[in-house]
Amino acid sequence: MVQYIIKRLLLLPLLLFIFSIFAFVLIQAPPGDFVTSYIAELAASGSSVDQAQIDALRSMYGLDQPMYVQYFHWMGRMLHGDLGASLDWKRPIAELIRERVMLTVLLGAFTFVLTWALAIPIGIIGATKQYSFLDYFFTVFNYIGIATPTFMTALILMWLAFSWFGISVTGLFSAEYVDAPWTLAKFIDLLKHIWLPVLILALDGTARLARIMRANLLDELNKPYVEMARAKGMSEWRLVLKYPVRMAINPLISTIGWYLPLLFSGSVIVATVLNLPTIGPMLLRSLTNQDMFLAGAIIMIYLFLAIIGTLISDILLAWLDPRIRMES
Amino acid sequence: MNPTEPLLSVQNLKTYFFLDEGTVKAVDGVDFDVYPGQVVGIVGESGCGKSVTIKSVLRLTQKPGRIVEGKILFRSQRVTDADSGSDVIDLTTLDPHGKRMRSIRGAEIAMIPQEPMASFSPVHTVGNQLIEAIRLHEDVSKEEARQIAIERLHEVGMPNPEQRLDAYSWELSGGLRQRAMIAMSLSCNPHLLIADEPTTAIDVTTQAQVLNLLRSLQKMHNMSIIFITHDLGVIAQVADYVVVMYLGRVMETGPVDDIFHNPLHPYTKALLKSIPSIYSPSGTELPTIEGSIPHPFSRPSGCPFYPRCEAFMAGVCNAKDPELQSINERQSVSCFLYEEKQMQPS
Repeated sequence: MVQYIIKRLLLLPLLLFIFSIFAFVLIQAPPGDFVTSYIAELAASGSSVDQAQIDALRSMYGLDQPMYVQYFHWMGRMLHGDLGASLDWKRPIAELIRERVMLTVLLGAFTFVLTWALAIPIGIIGATKQYSFLDYFFTVFNYIGIATPTFMTALILMWLAFSWFGISVTGLFSAEYVDAPWTLAKFIDLLKHIWLPVLILALDGTARLARIMRANLLDELNKPYVEMARAKGMSEWRLVLKYPVRMAINPLISTIGWYLPLLFSGSVIVATVLNLPTIGPMLLRSLTNQDMFLAGAIIMIYLFLAIIGTLISDILLAWLDPRIRMES
Repeated sequence: MNPTEPLLSVQNLKTYFFLDEGTVKAVDGVDFDVYPGQVVGIVGESGCGKSVTIKSVLRLTQKPGRIVEGKILFRSQRVTDADSGSDVIDLTTLDPHGKRMRSIRGAEIAMIPQEPMASFSPVHTVGNQLIEAIRLHEDVSKEEARQIAIERLHEVGMPNPEQRLDAYSWELSGGLRQRAMIAMSLSCNPHLLIADEPTTAIDVTTQAQVLNLLRSLQKMHNMSIIFITHDLGVIAQVADYVVVMYLGRVMETGPVDDIFHNPLHPYTKALLKSIPSIYSPSGTELPTIEGSIPHPFSRPSGCPFYPRCEAFMAGVCNAKDPELQSINERQSVSCFLYEEKQMQPS
């Protein structure tokens, strides 16, 4: 087991290296570069730039060099822990994204916990009380949850909050705390704001997860080991929670792997609608402005999370399921 | 325990499944008794209702199945009847998930399932599940339960029982797995053991060992066993008394020797004829029962077996339901052939 984890950890840099090449090529794939979009922006505001200036800008940013040279420069800096500077914001990327990454992780973690805390019990009730009133109620609730896009939920809740209570629920901080240094008061203010995006994102995740949990558990409930547990004289709830629920959760564990990066990227639209200072909207802007170093850094963080997420779910699965543990 | 009074008496049991397409009368009026220390074999083709019968006894039938009529009288040592205070309980009156039924199930009536592989949880150790079975009914500590579990595994011939407790079921061979299952079923010294085709999933050599083991455990604990199988060879090996079922009804009952040497019902006769024999000359075609089991929704009226019966009497067999009645002091048959004989004054 320990050996297996070490092996996987050793593989991590190699995977990141391979993915970084793909990421870099993909970011470069759209026609033009940052200077093109910069010039377009200048032209839109009425000023013009001559060719000499354009060339000077290109060589300043190193955009005139072949792609592989650019890649190695970028990679070399990253290996020294330097994410580079944003072309668009003219600031070091590390400083630019530090707080946003932290807030995104916090938002993701809260959402994850709430999603599982809601979805697993709902799935269990749906399966054990199949075709009961509660089952139908949650089924309808889940279908609405799946069918409603998250940004729509966000807009509706924003409108309700504004028209009923006259409060604006956008952002993660009250105006006076936005640029304030971190204090306990700021954190409490954060908690006062973060519940809404957490709720919106969790409702969407819950709807999906609860359906899967219900279906998995329904499959398990008819297995002979459940009947055997009944034949032993166990009480129904105790045996359901000990045996089939445990088996039904196992396949869900492997979804944690892609759930982590999904929470990051999946919240882009909600974050944009609710004006959240998370990483999603920044990635969107960096991509449209062809701010390649910023986009590259954020995508590398995504990739890192995807790999770590898969590793975590593999370890969890091995820990929970002895059949997988013995194999490895 | 009085050996002349039945431990279990199933009377006119009817268990129906209410499906959208119609009602399946899986068990349709079954009677049989199990006496202390007796091994009763229930034999029949797939779909004859033998599994549903024993699931009804254990009160394990799941929706849309329901016991609609009949009594399942069991002499309990843990539970007394709520009204009369008698130790004979009608299990059909108990809540299947309730405390009283649960204190009988697993403790006094235990089950050995068909597939030991699928009946153990693959993510819990054998010991975990064994100790759990013991602690559900006995007030013992975990450590004491572990000792009992080791004894039980030793009793069923498990080598290295201490180590096997920490193994998972899929780490054991088929035979050992079934032994572990038997140990779990016997963990609380049940009076009645219900074995649902316990040897179908294992190979023939192991099968013989498991049957011998069951037989010797039965003698040792003076248990009663209901043994479900479609294999007449297995019945001949383990059973004292045989119940032959067809389409949810009992066709014939009797001591094992009489059933094999003096079968009365045409169905029993046909079943025995279709056993391959080493004495028949090679090249002889094996007799089979003509036709196939009717679809559960299109049961024939009257005797369920008449469309396939060699002794079919038009106007009799397809008109009325035959009743199970004693022919001699040992055998009972549900067939008009014998009703008429009885009616004739001799």
